Amino acid sequence: MIDVIDLKKNYGGHEVLKGINVTINRGDIVVVLGPSGSGKSTFLRCLNCMEDPSSGKVVFNGVDIADMSVNINIHRRRMGMVFQHFNLFNNKTVVQNIMMAPVYVQCQELRRAKRSNMRTLLLNLFRGASKKVPLEEISVSKKQIIAQARKQALDLLKRIGLEDKADVYPSTLSGGQKQRVAIIRSMAMNPDVILFDEPTSALDPEMVGEVLDLMKALALEGMTMIIVTHEMGFAKEVANRILFMDDGVILESAPPEEFFSHPKHPRLKDFLSKVLSIE
Amino acid sequence: MGNFGQKIDKFIEIFLEQNGYVKVLEGLQNTLLIAVAGLIIGILIGTLIATVRVIPKYKMFPRILNGFCSFYVGLFRGTPMVVQLLVFYYVLLPIMGLKTTGVQVSMLVFGLNSGAYISEIMRSGIQSVDSGQLEAGRAVGLSFGTSMCKIVIPQAVKNILPTLGNEFISLIKETSVVSFVGAADLYVAFSYIGSNSYEFMVPYLVMALIYILIVLLISLGIKLLERRFSKSDRRN
Repeated sequence: MIDVIDLKKNYGGHEVLKGINVTINRGDIVVVLGPSGSGKSTFLRCLNCMEDPSSGKVVFNGVDIADMSVNINIHRRRMGMVFQHFNLFNNKTVVQNIMMAPVYVQCQELRRAKRSNMRTLLLNLFRGASKKVPLEEISVSKKQIIAQARKQALDLLKRIGLEDKADVYPSTLSGGQKQRVAIIRSMAMNPDVILFDEPTSALDPEMVGEVLDLMKALALEGMTMIIVTHEMGFAKEVANRILFMDDGVILESAPPEEFFSHPKHPRLKDFLSKVLSIE
Repeated sequence: MGNFGQKIDKFIEIFLEQNGYVKVLEGLQNTLLIAVAGLIIGILIGTLIATVRVIPKYKMFPRILNGFCSFYVGLFRGTPMVVQLLVFYYVLLPIMGLKTTGVQVSMLVFGLNSGAYISEIMRSGIQSVDSGQLEAGRAVGLSFGTSMCKIVIPQAVKNILPTLGNEFISLIKETSVVSFVGAADLYVAFSYIGSNSYEFMVPYLVMALIYILIVLLISLGIKLLERRFSKSDRRN
């Protein structure tokens, strides 16, 4: 579903990603591990072009979205993203946060249809009776779109047990609650894949569990996920492939059992020995 | 000060009987009109410029736009308001062949001038909003413009509301220079009363009181607005 071909990213003269090649299939749960500064987050942010890749291709559903002439907004709707610092919209209530993108996209479509109908109507005045162009059918009103999006948002909230928080502002939620809302916000557009950028790094240890549980549930439903994290246990349990990155390249890509029990690259052995001795 | 009572009587006489109150009401209306129109135009221009200034500048077009905006801000912050009024009224608009009244020119110039100041206020407001907010908007597939309008700017406005209030207050006070281009504001009205009675003490005192009253009312309004805007803070 996502083909990354020779992806490179420079900041000024500093090369952060030095040519990444990886293929992610539908239903994959890929965890990206690596030391700080290895380019994990940059890699993830290049996948939905939050950072524009300096060169290379990111082919998503057959389209190279690294190409600047592509309308990236359309493709980002198929690609959810969850941030380390949640980034819920502070000026919107919880339910508005979730409804935002679906309502906006559908209303935009509605406006487009209305505009094109106006144009057809105007042009029809000058056309002969036999040549009149039929109008586009508009089946929903803005109110219906909002009502439907709200219902969907409330269903999603019910799923994480926060339906009573629907109409409060994000500032009143705990970190774990915020991150769970952020996750279902990214699901509201029914994306093909969700990118997680260190989703538990800014949380109290106590709240990490609830977020990981939700992510596990998503994984079981077959959602495609790409996760940058430091949670080794989670990687071992949920991932079906683990990538190890260091210094802008992928050094190892293996299923979790092999990754942890038979690491091949010396840098990975070194990394695992340090990390696992702490746990 | 013995004849202070006399002076008040004289003022009241002209105010009530020689159409003084009509002049004052007209002046008050013009003052408020110029300040409010200036603020509205200023906010529109300022927001536009501030947005241009925070657009990522990889491409040529935003860079040119940005250069133009810097020039605009430099021009309007670098010259006094009176000079701008005079230039517009006596030079620019006549050259363009437009016939305008002093009040219309004042509204335009006050808008253009405060646009330059508000753009800087707005820019600091936009930069005070966590960049993650814009990122999150872009990540769910909203365009730069929509993320800006629906998410970043509302939060920026909340942050800069007190400063924006300051700007409005200083606009109100600066309207006292519009008599340079023949617009009848509060100052003109009270000068009229003063010169008709050869007595300026009471009229100017009342004028000062009216300015203070307006400014106090505006401060109150801003306080109420701030309270309304802060409902997304940790309160409920």
